[in-house]
Formats: sequence, C-alpha cells, structure tokens
Amino acid sequence: MADRAVPVVEKRLMEVKLGEIGTWVGGRDFTPNGMISSVRKGYERYLNKYIHVKKGGIGGLSMVLAGYVVLSYVWSFDHIKHDRMRKYH
Amino acid sequence: MLSRVIAVSASGLKSTAPLGAGLIQASRSLHTSSPSLAPVPPLPEAGKVRHGIVPEEFFQLLYPKTGATGPYMLGTGLSVWLLSKELYVINHETVAALTVGTVFVLAVKKFGPSFASAMDKMEEEKAAWIEDVKDQAMACYVDAIEEEKKEQWRVEGRSMLFDAKRNNVSMLLETNYRERLHHANHEVKRRLDYQLALQHLKVRMEKEHMVNWVEKNVVGSITAQQEKESIAKCISDLNVLAKNIQAKATA
Repeated sequence: MADRAVPVVEKRLMEVKLGEIGTWVGGRDFTPNGMISSVRKGYERYLNKYIHVKKGGIGGLSMVLAGYVVLSYVWSFDHIKHDRMRKYH
Repeated sequence: MLSRVIAVSASGLKSTAPLGAGLIQASRSLHTSSPSLAPVPPLPEAGKVRHGIVPEEFFQLLYPKTGATGPYMLGTGLSVWLLSKELYVINHETVAALTVGTVFVLAVKKFGPSFASAMDKMEEEKAAWIEDVKDQAMACYVDAIEEEKKEQWRVEGRSMLFDAKRNNVSMLLETNYRERLHHANHEVKRRLDYQLALQHLKVRMEKEHMVNWVEKNVVGSITAQQEKESIAKCISDLNVLAKNIQAKATA
C-alpha cells in the first residue's frame, strides 16, 4: 500500500531502503545548525520515550550508563590492549 | 523508576531538560498550539526495555527472521567472539565491573519498588496540588458567572425601580403644588377678609356716628318747656294708671 510519495531524505532511517542510503545521507542537513538540531532531536526523543513517562523503569537510566561504559571501553582500548593474555588470536 | 527522580528534581534543572518540571508537559506547548490539546493528555507509557539495557524494539526487529531466541543467540555469539578475539580483555577491571554490576542489580531489585512508589506518591501530590489550583480557579469563574447572571436579573428590575422613583417625584411635585395652592388661597382669603372687615367697620362707624348725632340733636332740641310738659304728662298718666289699678284691685 503506497501512500503519497515521500521524498527519500525525509524518511526516517529505519524506513530507508538499503539502496537509498547514499541519497539519504547526501540529503541530510550537515550545517552546524542542522547537526546540532539533529542531536537535540535525538536527545529529546530519548527523553520522551524513556524518562518523561508515567511509570519509567531503570531502563531509561541504565541504557545511558551502559552506553557510557561501552564508549569508554572503546576509547581506552588502545591502553587495555596491553593486558591481553595471548598475542595471537 | 529513576525517571521519577529525574522528574521530581527536574524542576530545578529547567535549563537542561527541555521539558522542565515533570508535570508541566511543556513539549505540548502550553496553549500556544491548537486547542485540541486541552485538556492536557496524560504522560505516555514508557518504552519497553529488556534486561535493563536492551530496548524491546531490537527484539521486535529480529523476531521475523530469527524468532524469539534470535537476539539471545546474537548476544551469545557476539560475546564469545569478543572474548575469543580478546577484543574484550579480561583483567582486573572485569572483576571490578562484575562486582559493581552485581551490586547495582541487587540494589535495583531490592529498593526499586519502594523507591518507585515513594516517587509516585510525590508526583501525585504535585498533580493534586495543581489540580486543586485549577479547581479553585474554575470555582471562582463559576461563581463569577453566577454573580453575573444575578446582576443581569437585577437589571430587569431596574424599570420597576425607576417607576417607583418616578412616582415618588410626581407625588412630591403634587404635594408641593397643592401646598402652594393652599397658601395662595389662604393669603387671598386673608386680604379679602380684611377688606370685608374694613367695610363692616366703616358702615358700623357711620351708623353709630349718625345715631349719636341724632340723639345729641334730639336731646339738645328738647327745650325746658317741653321737658316740663312731658314730666307733667307723665305724672298725670301715672295718676290715671294708679286709679285704674286701684279700681281693678277693688273690683
């Protein structure tokens, strides 16, 4: 069922087909304003979905903490590399 | 449940959260958009999260292709690969992470519900307070409407009031008029009475004067001679009368 044709760049990422990704990325707004606004929108979407709700659980906060843990591991991997137990994997 | 902490404390952190205090849903832009948003819609349901860190949408994404155990298999395979390639290195920090993780999970499991209910109660109190404010305002407005209606009813009686006032005024005018009429009447009568009395007096004085004058002239015209004759006549009359009476007494 096809609704009225929506331009590719306006589709959400999950609805963009694999072949259209290039067009989609090319059409996004890469000005500083655009980038900041997209970050802000993502932030607000996360807040609205997990935090400003009637009965939020631990998930809202723990997902942020888990992301922080993963990111800090990735950033300090070069340092942690030296604790490896075997040289060749 | 920590979202409730954030909601409760967010009232002091208005600069960061765009939605400000947890209750006032400023994202719904208070009354600046179309009126279909009033009354304020309730907060939405939370997004579902499995095992505290993975959003439910991920499981739904993989469900059509891999069924219910797909994400778990993915998680297992991923962790085995990370460990075998030593992309995740097991060192002293792993122990620390495990300890902290256990403590965290146990704390959440133990204190979660009580904390959640306490926060809920606080939120509810805030909501009740604001509702109360709204209700009071509504009651004020309802009262104002009642008062207004009563005033409108009173206006209807205004014509009766004015009729009564008009009656009063006309009565006053009437009274005043009659009073002045009576006064004028009285004054005129007084003057006419005076003229009447004056005329009576004049007539009386003329009469008396004339009588006096006639008497005086008559008395003056009685000469000595006439006086003697009249006295003698009186005496003879008296004698005759005495004789008559004597005769009557003896007869």
